[in-house]
Amino acid sequence: MTTPLLELKKISVSFEGFLALRDLDLVLNQGDLRAVIGPNGAGKTTFLDVITGKVVPTKGDVIFKEESLIGQKEFRIARKGVGRKFQSPRIFENLSVQENLALAVSRPKTPFSLLIDNLTVKHLDQIQHLMSIVNLQLKANISAGALSHGQKQWLEIAMLVGQDPDLLLVDEPVAGLTDEETDLTADLLKSLAGDHTVLVIDHDMEFIRRLDCPVSVLHQGHVLKEGSMSEIQKDPLVIEVYLGQSEEEE
Amino acid sequence: MSIFSTKKSWINLTIWVLIIALIIAAPSVLPVFRLNLLGRYLSLAIVALGVDLIWGFTGMLSLGQGIFFALGGYCAAMFLQLNSAGEFPNGIPEFFGLYGVEKLPFFWEPFKSSIFTLISIWLLPAIVACILGYLVFRNRIKGVYFSILTQAALLVFFNFFNGQQKLINGTNGLKTDVTQLFGQMVGSEIMQRWFFWVSAVLVILAWFFARWIVRDRFGNILIGIRDDEARVRFTGYNPVIFKTIIFSIAGGLAGISGALYTVQSGIVSPQFMTVPFSIEMVIWVAVGGRGTLLGAILGAVFINYAKSLVSEALPASWMFIQGGLFILVVTALPEGVLGWIRKDGLRKLLFLIGLNKKLETFPSLEVNEQGEVKS
Repeated sequence: MTTPLLELKKISVSFEGFLALRDLDLVLNQGDLRAVIGPNGAGKTTFLDVITGKVVPTKGDVIFKEESLIGQKEFRIARKGVGRKFQSPRIFENLSVQENLALAVSRPKTPFSLLIDNLTVKHLDQIQHLMSIVNLQLKANISAGALSHGQKQWLEIAMLVGQDPDLLLVDEPVAGLTDEETDLTADLLKSLAGDHTVLVIDHDMEFIRRLDCPVSVLHQGHVLKEGSMSEIQKDPLVIEVYLGQSEEEE
Repeated sequence: MSIFSTKKSWINLTIWVLIIALIIAAPSVLPVFRLNLLGRYLSLAIVALGVDLIWGFTGMLSLGQGIFFALGGYCAAMFLQLNSAGEFPNGIPEFFGLYGVEKLPFFWEPFKSSIFTLISIWLLPAIVACILGYLVFRNRIKGVYFSILTQAALLVFFNFFNGQQKLINGTNGLKTDVTQLFGQMVGSEIMQRWFFWVSAVLVILAWFFARWIVRDRFGNILIGIRDDEARVRFTGYNPVIFKTIIFSIAGGLAGISGALYTVQSGIVSPQFMTVPFSIEMVIWVAVGGRGTLLGAILGAVFINYAKSLVSEALPASWMFIQGGLFILVVTALPEGVLGWIRKDGLRKLLFLIGLNKKLETFPSLEVNEQGEVKS
């Protein structure tokens, strides 16, 4: 059995007494595609904050490539191979699509190198390739702020891939997208899994179903249930805390 | 987008030709008094370039650039004072006699060297900026807290310098116009003409330097820090290092600016570290155009020239005009005058007053890299 890429061990996060995460355990192997769902306030975003170093857990450990990430700075964790896409698209709006991607693919990420080195042909090819994946070649020189919402989401995903992380953490990639865009995003994420390990957080059940991957249900800071989408949907506990609610809403 | 960048470089080229023509013509056209004023304002353009780098590009509004400006000025003044102290008692600058100081304070010693002085004029402020910046940025202090903190630091420096009569002549400052350099009086006409040229050349060099810094990905990271610092971090860059570097560069530029301003105005004093002066630096950049390096230069030179002309004609009115100008820019031209021109402001204005027609465009017009229109 190979060692897992990412392992969360009994993570607890307390915000002034409020337990956002409670003894959370999660294991991801190399090449996995995993979806995490859960009602609002279940701790989904906090859980990404812990992995990426934005929040230091009160208790527990995060092991990534056999190394603890606790207490490391965000940019170091990013350099180790953890990429994150935020809930609302976060890109550099005043830079062009191409410039956004250039910052993502640049290596090494030191001030001196950015000032002195030119982008290599390899990097330029990579930028072109990324733009073709997300269909933004024609917008290469348009400032990212002028893109549509869906294109911004894709640009952020492309930036993430450009960082070439081992682990991609994707937070609500399809919020505000059209059905067609949602399907394309699902296909994109599925094609990324295998080479990369991908963890997706979302509310959209259709989207999760389309990802066709193991699902973890988060509830009150704890993993309630893990399994395939069809198993999850049959589980009475899950129905009670989550699916039941959303059906009523609909 | 190339049609826009061509237009931008066309505007830039025109402005540069005008600037260089003015600089070359100025010494033969202007009387020495006016030439000296222009030289001073050109030196102020260098500190404005620094403000533009940290504020316009990186989004950090520093209200404490006066610290670095004054430090550069003091370095130059200490050298000049020592350089012409031979005839005074104990061979030390004259003012020490007033306070009964007989021995030169230790930190004056290295300023006997011209090379040390030329280096310390920019390096000392840069080091101070580096230390101050690193401590602030490491603790993730930003936005309005950063502005308040820099202003507080400015006041600390101001009060310290004001109180140190025995070390640096306190509130009276250090005079430079009656000191000697190359066997000439610093305040003399011939020296002032030289300082004008030095200022003009250094402004252009400083512009090239700043341009080189922001030209590519380093500049893009600065813009990235301004727009979304967290994204920069999660992309694997350490914003603290970038912010510290750019703040130090701005500090170094402020030092050079302060030294040039000192030798042309004839004195350096803690007045360089007053709060309004550091805020004025920000106004020059805001009016000229944030994030446009050329705008910072134009803003510094034109506002200061206007200030001296208006103050001569209507002595009490300048503060109102400056305040009004600032309000006008913030409300009507948020990108400054140059930013407004670059964004086709002139044509839009002509259209508003009915002198021009709107351009006809197709809603979904897209232009590729070669400038060809794609449907």
